[in-house]
Amino acid sequence: MPNPSELALNRRDLMVVAGACAALPAMGASAHAQPAPVGAPVLHDVSFEVNGRRHALSIDTRTTLLDALREHLHLTGTKKGCDHGQCGACTVIVDGQRINSCLTLAVMHQNASVTTIEGLGTADKLHPMQAAFVRHDGFQCGYCTPGQICSGVAMFDEIRAGIPSHVTADLTAAVVASETEIRERMSGNICRCGAYSNIVEAMVEIGGRQG
Amino acid sequence: MRAFTYERANSPAAAAAAAAGNPEAKFIAGGTNLLDLMKLQIETPSHLIDVNGLKLDTIETTDDGGLRIGALVRNTALAADARVRRDYGVLSRALLAGASAQLRNRATTAGNLLQRTRCPYFYDTAQPCNKREPGSGCSALGGFSRQLGVIGVSEACIATHPSDMAVAMRALDGTVETVKADATTRTIPLAELHRAPGTTPHLETTLAQGELITAVRLPRPIGGRQIYRKVRDRASYAFALVSVAAVIQRDGSGRIALGGIAPRPWRSEAAEAELRRGAKAAAAALLEGARPTRENAFKLPLVERTLSAVLSEARA
Ligand SMILES: Cc1cc2nc3c(=O)[nH]c(=O)nc-3n(C[C@H](O)[C@H](O)[C@H](O)COP(=O)(O)OP(=O)(O)OC[C@H]3O[C@@H](n4cnc5c(N)ncnc54)[C@H](O)[C@@H]3O)c2cc1C
Ligand code: SF4
Repeated sequence: MPNPSELALNRRDLMVVAGACAALPAMGASAHAQPAPVGAPVLHDVSFEVNGRRHALSIDTRTTLLDALREHLHLTGTKKGCDHGQCGACTVIVDGQRINSCLTLAVMHQNASVTTIEGLGTADKLHPMQAAFVRHDGFQCGYCTPGQICSGVAMFDEIRAGIPSHVTADLTAAVVASETEIRERMSGNICRCGAYSNIVEAMVEIGGRQG
Repeated sequence: MRAFTYERANSPAAAAAAAAGNPEAKFIAGGTNLLDLMKLQIETPSHLIDVNGLKLDTIETTDDGGLRIGALVRNTALAADARVRRDYGVLSRALLAGASAQLRNRATTAGNLLQRTRCPYFYDTAQPCNKREPGSGCSALGGFSRQLGVIGVSEACIATHPSDMAVAMRALDGTVETVKADATTRTIPLAELHRAPGTTPHLETTLAQGELITAVRLPRPIGGRQIYRKVRDRASYAFALVSVAAVIQRDGSGRIALGGIAPRPWRSEAAEAELRRGAKAAAAALLEGARPTRENAFKLPLVERTLSAVLSEARA
């Protein structure tokens, strides 16, 4: 029987390999453990709002926004998958835009306004996107789900703002929230259970037009 | 990650000055490439200068009718700009073909130009790599080189520059504006920003230590059919095996730049002179002197076929 820490490592390695394949299909090049930290920590002050609440932190400059949310503010809804911007599990909404919280430093977000899955809805009052995921079974293990939902909510804002995508046929025409558009725009969120078709159905119901 | 001190710069000149005295200092913009490499200790700066507050995030129309794109303009904002969509469609298309929406929301114009290679051995610190560790050797030459370069490469390194955006900017004759520590500014044609690898593949650009990119300028629009065609292993969210940025005029003349095949955006005047004779002739001129490996020799016919697809799309 492997001990629990080996299990944890195996799971993390699996996620890293899966993520690496997102960007480097030829081989899982970044499927290595991160090297041990070097040097004495340097602390820096930063304050930002998360889900409407202000937080002031004095934090190791190396801390990513993701680790600040999970380890310092104990908002563990946001998940760490690959930790290299390849899987999208860490997607949060910062000043209205979805970003990978693993590839940005907490100290870079002075005065920012961050929305995580905990800020979108509650167990009693689900965000419409959360409710749609439940209705359509948009998950199996659920690990990528918070990232999928934050990403999906911000995606519809991008469509409403008229931001085109790789599959938009005419760059100068209005953007339509078709299924093809949703699939392309959600390609930064990997689901290793492969719940994609249900995820897309949930999103089409929320904001899309079948197309 | 190695520990580092951190400061927020409040003017371009101050940022350049802060970096100049310290060879271990780095600018951080979106952080989507630098932070990734810092986690693996491939980049180990001891000081980070955050340039996000420099107000270099606007796109201005210039007196000569072109555009001046601030270094901190995000990839999403640049792709969505109405002037870019109308007059520089190849740039919009190239940006939208790159990375994911989340990454494009953070990635900046300057950071995108200066992103480092995706060669798997560059990322694997257990393997020799001349770019990461000068003189250690090139693992890719005898290893997995399917993704890597076929032209403009050297005995020391066959890595490609992974940017899509830069390929389109090269076709559009972009120039880079910079400021140095002593507050002097200069303009570098994009063609001269990235160095050939030669025997020193770790030296990637012609920028001086601490030189800050402030903007990219595009000359006035040249019209034409503007196409960016990216061939990759998946339909979305993968780096290019081969990509073509093209601006093709009604008479069949035009400009082409290629991504995925060389250490910098690859443009060839000789190939452009052959464009009206078709993809076969243009590809032959473009690939003159190519040195593929066994694993990536497929890129040579792929270049011709991608060009062919682009030229027929332009005629349609
Ligand atoms: C999973 C994944 C997939 C991707 N897929 C693609 C793809 O398909 N196509 C593609 O083109 N790209 C792709 N990318 C790369 C992405 O486009 C780059 O990471 C991004 O453009 C870098 O911009 P940044 O602002 O985040 O740079 P940073 O990471 O902040 O900086 C990169 C470098 O530029 C330097 N720098 C930043 N600003 C300045 C300045 N003003 N002056 C001087 N130096 C500066 C930094 O010091 C650093 O060395 C992908 C990235 C990831 C993680
Ligand atoms: S191709 Fe360049 S980056 Fe890749 S292993 Fe060789 S030297 Fe390193």
